[in-house]
Amino acid sequence: MQVPAPFEYERATSVDQAIGLLERLGSSARLVAGGHSLLPMMKLRLANFEYLIDINDLHGELGYIRVAADEVRIGAMTRHRELLESDALAQVFPIFRDAERVIADPVVRNRGTLGGSLCQADPSEDLSAVCTTLDASCVIRGSRGERVVTMEEFHVGPYETAVGDGEILTEIRIPIKPGKSGSAYAKVERRAGDWAVVSAGAAVWLDEQGQISDARVGLAAVGPNTTGIPEISASLRGRAPDESLYELAGAIAARSCDPVTDTRGSADYKRHLADELTRRTLRGAVERASAVERARS
Amino acid sequence: MTTVSEKKLTEFEDNDQKPVGFGRMLRKEDARLLRGRGRFVDDVQLPGMLHLAILRSPFAHAKIVSIDTSAAEASPGVKAVVTGETLKGLGLAWMPTLSNDVQAVLATDKVRFQGQEVAFVVAEDRYQARDALELIDVEYEVLDPVIDVRKALEPDAPLIRDDLDGKTNNHVFDWETGDAEETDRVFAEADVIVKEDIVYPRVHPAPMETCGSVADFDPVEGRLRLWSTTQAPHAHRTLYAIVAGLPEHKIQVIAPDIGGGFGNKVPIYPGYVHSIVGSIVTGKPVKWMEDRSENLISTGFARDYIMRAEIAATREGKILAIRTNVLADHGAFNGTAAPVKYPAGFFGVFTGSYDLMAAHCKMTAVYTNKAPGGVAYACSFRITEAVYLVERIVDCLADELEMDPAELRLKNFIQPDQFPYTTKTGWVYDSGNYEPTMRLAMDMAGYEELRKEQALKRAKGELMGIGIAFFTEAVGAGPRKNMDILGLGMNDGCELRVHPTGKAVVRLSVKTQGQGHETTFAQIIAEELGIPPDDIDVIHGDTDNTPFGLGTYGSRSTPVSGAAAALVARKVRDKAQLIASAMLEVSVADLDWVKGAFQVKGDPGRSVTIQEIAFKAHGAGDLPEGMEGALEAQICYNPSNLTYPHGAYICVVDIDPGTAEVKVRRFIAVDDCGTRINPMIIEGQVHGGLTDGVGMALMEMIAFDEDGNCLGASLMDYLIPTSLEVPDWETGFTVTPSPHHPIGAKGVGESATVGSPPAIVNAVVDALKPFGVRHADMPLTPSRVWDAMRGQATPPI
Ligand SMILES: Cc1cc2nc3c(=O)[nH]c(=O)nc-3n(C[C@H](O)[C@H](O)[C@H](O)COP(=O)(O)OP(=O)(O)OC[C@H]3O[C@@H](n4cnc5c(N)ncnc54)[C@H](O)[C@@H]3O)c2cc1C
Repeated sequence: MQVPAPFEYERATSVDQAIGLLERLGSSARLVAGGHSLLPMMKLRLANFEYLIDINDLHGELGYIRVAADEVRIGAMTRHRELLESDALAQVFPIFRDAERVIADPVVRNRGTLGGSLCQADPSEDLSAVCTTLDASCVIRGSRGERVVTMEEFHVGPYETAVGDGEILTEIRIPIKPGKSGSAYAKVERRAGDWAVVSAGAAVWLDEQGQISDARVGLAAVGPNTTGIPEISASLRGRAPDESLYELAGAIAARSCDPVTDTRGSADYKRHLADELTRRTLRGAVERASAVERARS
Repeated sequence: MTTVSEKKLTEFEDNDQKPVGFGRMLRKEDARLLRGRGRFVDDVQLPGMLHLAILRSPFAHAKIVSIDTSAAEASPGVKAVVTGETLKGLGLAWMPTLSNDVQAVLATDKVRFQGQEVAFVVAEDRYQARDALELIDVEYEVLDPVIDVRKALEPDAPLIRDDLDGKTNNHVFDWETGDAEETDRVFAEADVIVKEDIVYPRVHPAPMETCGSVADFDPVEGRLRLWSTTQAPHAHRTLYAIVAGLPEHKIQVIAPDIGGGFGNKVPIYPGYVHSIVGSIVTGKPVKWMEDRSENLISTGFARDYIMRAEIAATREGKILAIRTNVLADHGAFNGTAAPVKYPAGFFGVFTGSYDLMAAHCKMTAVYTNKAPGGVAYACSFRITEAVYLVERIVDCLADELEMDPAELRLKNFIQPDQFPYTTKTGWVYDSGNYEPTMRLAMDMAGYEELRKEQALKRAKGELMGIGIAFFTEAVGAGPRKNMDILGLGMNDGCELRVHPTGKAVVRLSVKTQGQGHETTFAQIIAEELGIPPDDIDVIHGDTDNTPFGLGTYGSRSTPVSGAAAALVARKVRDKAQLIASAMLEVSVADLDWVKGAFQVKGDPGRSVTIQEIAFKAHGAGDLPEGMEGALEAQICYNPSNLTYPHGAYICVVDIDPGTAEVKVRRFIAVDDCGTRINPMIIEGQVHGGLTDGVGMALMEMIAFDEDGNCLGASLMDYLIPTSLEVPDWETGFTVTPSPHHPIGAKGVGESATVGSPPAIVNAVVDALKPFGVRHADMPLTPSRVWDAMRGQATPPI
């Protein structure tokens, strides 16, 4: 049994109370959501905190998936399993279900949360890549009120986010853009439940003519944070989707990422996967968008 | 005689029978284990028990300049802090390994691998002990480590074992087998020679339960009770007696339920000794239970062989000879567990299942700044490496000859009439009939169809591979004339007592870690005596209550203790026959044994059951002249030879050409372990071993960075396979009994671990044939497969 260093523990009863505790205790305190990233680090003594503020009782307040006409709002305490099982979410953004199917295992998915995943800011975190792909924004609340930041602003570096002392991530907002959309996620892992060697998400929006009105690609495990690639969006916009376009996007992805060699694989291989998975997910996303189109016509 | 049978996937339906003897039945131990009623070392709670935590070296190679324990000693709950210096005073700083080397119990002079034990803390609870470790201040002077095994013998390589008198290099041993000259001669005349460098990387057994112990030393009685995670309680007790100077009769080693061993729990680890010292120093029981990272970085690894393999053959595909040169990484201390005369274990069976003209192996073993160990992980004393070597190089030869690998194997098998067969390295294979086993596997696989499907797929650019491995193992160590561990002969005792009501208790020296001994051994007694298995209690794991023997590893339990159990039951039966003859008033020769009863020849109406005989043996009235009461016997079995199970494995894989991910689509395993005692248990052993094989072939490896940091220190980094990586196993069997084993059984515990990695690697390499790949080393992770596809396969170390 791996045992953590001593810490004090308190269960938060509301978001505001949690914020109050965080303000009072400062950087020696940490929120614990699902605990599936934090607790392993504490048991390995890679992280020691004097206080843990458990926000699992806030699931009632922060655990929701609300799909509106122009936006999806997901509470930070929403569990992996809820994201996996939500049909409403899968309908607008099938990428979530794709990703959740390959994140960890049922035990982890029962507890781990969207908020914890984003706040962990691990470069391999799949939900960060999903949110990057979908151009999500993050709602951060402190005692002075709420602020909303983009994913790029949210991830400051590996394991570092824009959430300050005395703040808490409460919600993720994802815009639903006009037109037909499709999204997909693909991951290469050495074994089920392992972190990604590389994973990629893609989302496309098609106009009336079937041209790409917008496209986004997000990659995990190939840089300091999950990486969105604006150059791909720029080169795909206004063009008709086809294999050569996916190839172009794949080439851009490979060139734009910054992987390192480790036990999961060589940098070259990861670059190759960035290419391969970008092509696959774009192809899948376009297929889904076109299927939506067919279904409607 | 070989019988052939195919087991379809209906395996579960008939498991819950109650055979009086051999046959499928659910395991007697499972009710306890599945309901959380098992009692493992960590479940042991004693009044006043303290907890121990070990401070380990962060460096692979460093001089210890100073250790300051004062802050730790002052930490809450701490009862003792012990360093190497303390142990030195007691003469306990070093202990012998299983290979006649020595290993530091706590480092005194230097640390020699990352994770080595430097000090330990005993405190009131586990948390306090662990917290106090942070307060021990060790000053190290970091030294250059030896990590690349190929450089260990370079003249300027740092010297690791300066503790050994006169040692000037990192050499452990040279070992040779076979006839070098004859082999060279055969090679010189051969049409075809194929050569390949083959690496079997370092892997870890990673049992679900980590290692640990609870020591309870009674200073008044001078008695030590030690609960520990050991596969060999008797051998351990003797070694503790020798190491600690405690009288052997005052040491009781108890191995309670063990959560998996795979060889990991054969050695004596410093932690066990720490708990003993901790208990002596504090006068209280002391528990040590290592955590997962400690288990992965410091306990017995397996493999770590770099092998150059060469095979010689005629153009027509007759294999003539095999020779190999091996560089073996033994880590910082030679902790290999193998019979003393076999420093490379049973690697000598690298000649495989083939009738050769010559063979030769030369091996050099070296020290490196890595954890010690060597033989562990279901390897049958290095047979895993040997089988991998021969089955890989035979496939390379098939590739060179453009021959089908199944056909090449069939052409070269040792023939049934050649048994007992003496190999060119001196091993006497007891029995075997290889072709039916191979044919059955091919039939089950639909081999011809698979090859056709592969051709179609290849034409479309899809990557499908079919891999074959055929293995012969040597298990059941062993005959005492040439096998011992630290001077202890590898024989097993067994005691059987039939109670007055005909229930029985059998006491074994071996110890299950999941193999199902409580069922298998009850079935062996049942088969011999006709007493139902549920009426037979199997006692094992406690040295005070069981006879001496060397323990469970190397698939030796059934070959050695299983024979002992059958023979002790026959001894009891012989006595029962004498009593029956008196009861029935006929001569002994006039009795027939029909399972469970003696019958008068020609008069089946007159008979006595074993239960009636048991009561008579304990009951009133005279027994035959000169006979003592009771119905019991004991034995110590010395096998005359090892047993040689064999098997044919076929694996089908698909590889994603874009991502290089390998998917094991099918796996057909036909095992021949001689007489089958409980087929369900055998299948369970095979399923587990095959899963192990998928792990080693595709993902497992204990890697190090150049500073000697272990890169596999958690199960996030050291991957073991899950149910999602394995297909539905397709198992079949043939039965070729062992001629010298009383019931004809051969070991099977490790067969699948031995046989599956080459089948999987052969399948992957076969799939990659369109890229001109002839060999790629394990672990075949997507990244490494992708390298191979681009002609850039590299060894993993
Ligand atoms: C075996 C295993 C396998 C895994 N595999 C994968 C995988 O394949 N892919 C993947 O993406 N992830 C994987 N994970 C991680 C898993 O998804 C975690 O659940 C997730 O990363 C963190 O979510 P959590 O709720 O458990 O966060 P916690 O561990 O509770 O917290 C993580 C960090 O976020 C902070 N935090 C949490 N919530 C908030 C909030 N609302 N506001 C501010 N800060 C907050 C915490 O203080 C902490 O610093 C795996 C984990 C395990 C144990």
